[in-house]
Amino acid sequence: MVEFLQFTLSGIAFGMIYAAVALSLVLIWRGTRVLNFAQGGMAMFTTFVAIEVIYRTGSYWTGFVTALAAGLVLGVICQLTVIRPTMNKPPLNAVIVTIGLLILIEGLAGIFFGGQYRSFPTAFSQTGLRIGGTPLGVSRYDVFVAAAVLVVTLALAAAFRYTSAGLRMRAAAFNATIARLSGIRVARVLTVGWGLAGLLGALAGVLVSPSTFLYPNSMDTIFVYGFTAAVIGGLDSPLGAVVGGLLLGLALSYSGGYLHNGSNLVPVVALVILVVVLMVRPGGLFSATQVRRV
Amino acid sequence: MTMHTLPRRLGLAVVTAVIVWFLSVRLDTFRDFQIAQVAVYVPAVAGLTVLTGLSGQISLGNGAFMAIGAYATALLLLHLNWPFVAALVASAAVTAVAGGIVGVAAARLRGPYLAGLTLLLGVALPSLAFAYQGVFGADQGLSVTFTTPAFLGATFPLTRWQAWVSTVVALVTLVLLANLCYSRIGRNWRAVRDDEVAAALDGVNVAVTRTLAFVVSAVCAGLAGSLLAIVTSLVAPGAYTITLSIALLTAAVIGGLGSLPGALWGSLLIVLLPTYVTDVATSHGLSSSVGSNIPIAAYGAVLILVMLAFPQGIQGGLRRLLTLFTGPDAKTRIPGDAPAPHVTPQADEAPASQTEKEGTS
Amino acid sequence: MSSAAAGQDTSPALAVEDLVAGYGGVIALDRVSITAGTAAITAVLGANGAGKTTLLRAVSGMVRPRRGRVLLGGADLAGRSPEQMVRAGVAHVPEGQGVIPELTVEENLRVGMMSWPPRARRTERTAALDEAYGRFQPLADRRRKLAATLSGGERQMLVIARALLARPRVLLLDEPSLGLAPRVMAQVMDLVVQLSREHGLTIVLVEQNARSALAIADHGVVLNLGRVVASADAATLAADVALRHHYLGF
Repeated sequence: MVEFLQFTLSGIAFGMIYAAVALSLVLIWRGTRVLNFAQGGMAMFTTFVAIEVIYRTGSYWTGFVTALAAGLVLGVICQLTVIRPTMNKPPLNAVIVTIGLLILIEGLAGIFFGGQYRSFPTAFSQTGLRIGGTPLGVSRYDVFVAAAVLVVTLALAAAFRYTSAGLRMRAAAFNATIARLSGIRVARVLTVGWGLAGLLGALAGVLVSPSTFLYPNSMDTIFVYGFTAAVIGGLDSPLGAVVGGLLLGLALSYSGGYLHNGSNLVPVVALVILVVVLMVRPGGLFSATQVRRV
Repeated sequence: MTMHTLPRRLGLAVVTAVIVWFLSVRLDTFRDFQIAQVAVYVPAVAGLTVLTGLSGQISLGNGAFMAIGAYATALLLLHLNWPFVAALVASAAVTAVAGGIVGVAAARLRGPYLAGLTLLLGVALPSLAFAYQGVFGADQGLSVTFTTPAFLGATFPLTRWQAWVSTVVALVTLVLLANLCYSRIGRNWRAVRDDEVAAALDGVNVAVTRTLAFVVSAVCAGLAGSLLAIVTSLVAPGAYTITLSIALLTAAVIGGLGSLPGALWGSLLIVLLPTYVTDVATSHGLSSSVGSNIPIAAYGAVLILVMLAFPQGIQGGLRRLLTLFTGPDAKTRIPGDAPAPHVTPQADEAPASQTEKEGTS
Repeated sequence: MSSAAAGQDTSPALAVEDLVAGYGGVIALDRVSITAGTAAITAVLGANGAGKTTLLRAVSGMVRPRRGRVLLGGADLAGRSPEQMVRAGVAHVPEGQGVIPELTVEENLRVGMMSWPPRARRTERTAALDEAYGRFQPLADRRRKLAATLSGGERQMLVIARALLARPRVLLLDEPSLGLAPRVMAQVMDLVVQLSREHGLTIVLVEQNARSALAIADHGVVLNLGRVVASADAATLAADVALRHHYLGF
């Protein structure tokens, strides 16, 4: 029973990381119909920036905030320089460009920051919490991770819902033509969308790096699972991203813990889950039901 | 010059074979190895470019099919001592089955959802090598012995033989693919890619057509995997990571999606570019951490720049260059000459800046 | 029904000169020239494929003209983007796609005010919304409902209300009565007349249903295969039986 609780709570913690990555992918997909393969790489890069700031200032929180800001800036720069030119071209071109961006960013990280594994500090203790005498299997830090993602997600959701800027972004995502005809500068909105996605990715990177260590390829697996979570939830659904992330986090935690040879089979379990979901709902869990084909 | 007829294709294949033979004899062992490397990738990239360019299905996991072909070949050579050709064919059959399974699963998926499935496939399948270490040998993998046949003499360099074998398999694959592309099956692929509903109304079985494309691309990848096994003499999971799948896709798109010559350009790029940039970096005496990362960064930059400058890939760029000299030729309809596949699901509104795309009124 | 009523400014609010526009290799508008009198209703008629929708798109900036001028109050604005054109006073209600169904009625209306200068006070916007609700009661009743729940006629109302909130001088309407029941169609046409007569809005109306369009228009232009084949006041066009049969289907 205790074991189950441990797996559940750690599954939630990782699930929130996947949810953050999934959300950033959904944000970009909804606004620009681009699959941003560089999302993980961008997150890794901003986390390196954070660690350099932390070394120099000695303050975790300064580094944390810098990472988020860097994510915003990096997202905006990438969209303006490299993504915009692909907007009216075959869709697969944007995919290749983001892949190229990923490779470029990983190479640059290796050049600027070196390839060795670096440990990333945490603001909260990583020792397990206990209730009474029983270990819960999570630490204060895990709680912080889940809470941070939750808070940022809710803040974004509220901003989308209740602010004029949020309405602009939603209108641009739902119907860019009407939006433009109403005076919304859709190109600018898309750039902001990429900035926000970059911020979300940066958050995920900073939160997960203490567990995975930091090196140029450290976010690759996180990205794959984040992408899987987004697909499971349905790429047009932010709620789906969160649900998909949590689902995946839990499933992977349980299988890693309970299955014989579990840790090696985790990717396979993820694949099985994805196949099952897509068989039933080819557009993800929260997709609108398809119109019946003739 | 169109490749519409079999004799023309065979002729081109023979000419290419002669050129490669000539190069392999004149160049040194390392270059022979590079020829072999390129020839290894060509079938995989060609199969993928047909899958994505002609039938409109994106796959980020064809490296997994290469792994299946490679491991199957290695196991057959190691445990059953089969001759290489037999192992090659058997591995192709195994990969075909795998391709069929994936194709069936993927038949209803479109765009990014298909991408997600194939991406995870590319990650999950190689992990099985770690899960079942007894069979697959985990990290160190399986070693493959491949020697030059006796009739070539004792001093015949292995690399040249590897280059020959790979080139022959690659050219045979290309000819067979070209036949498929120009056949009814190829037309069905393009019909399903362009307008599924119309194709279905026309009597095309969409699911079978799409699955068949997956099988074909899987077999091509499986053949490439078998070749990689004998060229590198080793089958280990490290060579079949998601990086490989992504490299295949980038090669296909940069070469020119849907174009068989494009598969050659793409394969040349992914083999030669990193080597070239590494040479440049080391010749400048850069430190190892910087030096080893510059090729990576450069490769990424090249991908971006080529994609922005040549949206139709290298083959498209060449064709445009050709029309500058010869004028547009309505007859040169190479299979690759088609609208790009849709990563976006069908019933979508247009993205932001697309305002000039609607039809007339 | 002349557009040059006594005391009124006789220069056209909107004029298009020698406009050439198309898509890819296809030319949809071939040196088209049209004027829309201030506070008048100008009907643009013709068969499918004649270029009517392309004309509106070229004016509103959805399509960049290849040649020619788009004159708004004398200034040439050809080639500007839609965001710029709406701020210049041209509101375009495209055919078919009108409301954003995933947004509420109120949100749809607020989208209409996105072209206002950012300095505009909240009170101004609220006042404008209230005015819209006052004029269109069904929208007021459903302000917090998703636009997807509206009927065809209500959606058309929403779309026009949204366009009006942009405070345009020129309103481009593309097939506003498409898909509507006859009674609702009549209501929409009445609304269009009201907007022109009582509020001085210059209206360019593209309509397949030439008969009802000519009934309310001041001036009419007939397009065929991208060229202007007739341009006269509405009564003259309606009386020209041969023209009606040949180009307008009635």
